[in-house]
Amino acid sequence: MTPDLWSQIFVFVLATFIGLGVIRRVSRLLHTPLMSLTNAISAIAVVGAILVAGPDYPVEIRFLGAIAVFASMTNIVSGFLITERMLKMFKSEPKPGEGPRP
Amino acid sequence: MSHGLVQLAYLIATALFVFALHWMNAPATARRGVYAGVVGMTLAVVATWAQPEVVHHLWIVIAVVAGFAVGVPLSRVPLTAVPQRTALSHAFGGLAAGLVGAAKFYLWYGEGSDQLTAFRTTAIIAEVLLGFLTFTGSLMAAGKLQEVKWIPQRPVTYPGQNLTNLGLLLLAAALGVGVVLQPTAAWAPVAFAAIIALALLFGVLLIIPIGGADMPTVIAILNAYAGLAAVAMGFVLDNKLLITAGALDGSSGLILAVIMCKAMNRSFTNVLFGAFGQVQQTKAGGEERIYKAESIEGAGQVLEQANLVVIVPGYGMAVAQAQHKVRELYDQLRKRGITVKFAIHPVAGRMPGHMNVLLAEANIPYTDLVEMDEINPDMPQVDVALVVGANDVVNPAARSDKGSPIYGMPIIDADRARTVFAIKRSKNPGFAGIDNELYFSDKTWMLFGDAKGVIGELVKQMAGGSGMH
Repeated sequence: MTPDLWSQIFVFVLATFIGLGVIRRVSRLLHTPLMSLTNAISAIAVVGAILVAGPDYPVEIRFLGAIAVFASMTNIVSGFLITERMLKMFKSEPKPGEGPRP
Repeated sequence: MSHGLVQLAYLIATALFVFALHWMNAPATARRGVYAGVVGMTLAVVATWAQPEVVHHLWIVIAVVAGFAVGVPLSRVPLTAVPQRTALSHAFGGLAAGLVGAAKFYLWYGEGSDQLTAFRTTAIIAEVLLGFLTFTGSLMAAGKLQEVKWIPQRPVTYPGQNLTNLGLLLLAAALGVGVVLQPTAAWAPVAFAAIIALALLFGVLLIIPIGGADMPTVIAILNAYAGLAAVAMGFVLDNKLLITAGALDGSSGLILAVIMCKAMNRSFTNVLFGAFGQVQQTKAGGEERIYKAESIEGAGQVLEQANLVVIVPGYGMAVAQAQHKVRELYDQLRKRGITVKFAIHPVAGRMPGHMNVLLAEANIPYTDLVEMDEINPDMPQVDVALVVGANDVVNPAARSDKGSPIYGMPIIDADRARTVFAIKRSKNPGFAGIDNELYFSDKTWMLFGDAKGVIGELVKQMAGGSGMH
């Protein structure tokens, strides 16, 4: 199994272009939620961590993998939750009075 | 689950991640982006976990449960602490990448020579370097933002600092080249461990010379590093989903860092190696300059006469917990038919976009939050500019005084409004330690006191006035 070096580099370069194009259009209002969302998304590293922690590898290798699963999972959970929490606060209409937030 | 199905799941997850970021282009669709992200993530995790080679589940289950146990409280922090949380999550991201890289290296080293190809080894070394330096660098940044006692807030500099850092990096790179050339040599595991140690050390050394004012840029740069570490992991594992997601994260960090640098008129190299805040030449000018103070009653009357009021918030507003009082003032002014806008400088707050979130939490509609570039042309028509907890971002010295450390930084032109009220707790200079010309302008009146208290009294004054008839 030799990794296809060139196709990986293609994917990287094209994904970077897509990233630059999409992120440039993100509303400036939302740069903080954007950062927590991309944090959560890049915690897709959990996939790699599972593939180190799960197979029949030596115990110390799997242990490193399990810590990586924990670190990524923390980012996934807190990243998505806090992004959602912040985005809920953005409202377009001034609400009359001091009504409780939904 | 077959290889084809897994790849299909990864492809769908990739598409969902791109859509997630696309929907962040407007507040109205942004929450859809979160759901797309969650669906993509779940799909990818389930597909990976269901692969036949994954045979040990206990530790993964424990790690996932622990991830929830730590992640949920981390998502409930006060919004002023969001920059620290973000830095901490970059640290976790870097740690995960570094650990997976290290695990893969030692695994393949144990399995024999044909596994550690030159390409794979290079990718692994890039992964652990980026991962571990992001880990300690982000921990330092989080510590500085949290104002942890044993981490110095002020930049720490010493002679030959950049040379030391460069030397360490070159040493790590040289060891890396050695390992790539001789991956199966007896000394390779030791050299690899040394690379990890150097990366951990380098992360700390990279952050200690950087001052608090530059933290928004640093967080964005560390964001980019964390993304690149995930990309390197994707190269190591031959996983295109990881490469794509990492590239999206990396480009986001890059764009935010560029925006932050432009907003402070500084370059990357300047932020990373410049030690801002260290150079504080005290101006030799002898005479004591005098602030003109205004009373709450007087300020209230001027505000009531205005048609257009612009509030310029700074991080000081959040420190004083004054957002909710500001919102009450906003309500009082709007009740009188006065238009109120908020002028947001890109570096107001402690991370990109921070001020918008703090104001949104206080229930201020985002339609009244206006970016610096959009509001500046309108500033001459503004009747009252009210500066709350902002300092350097309204300092006209940035336009006129070539000797000022902030010269060239784009600012909100509060000084072009007809009247300026500035709330200030004390007569000391601001975060960057620079005197603010705005406070001595003819049309500026100071309201001395704690931001929350001053705004609260203004609200009381205006509410009392309207309740009389």
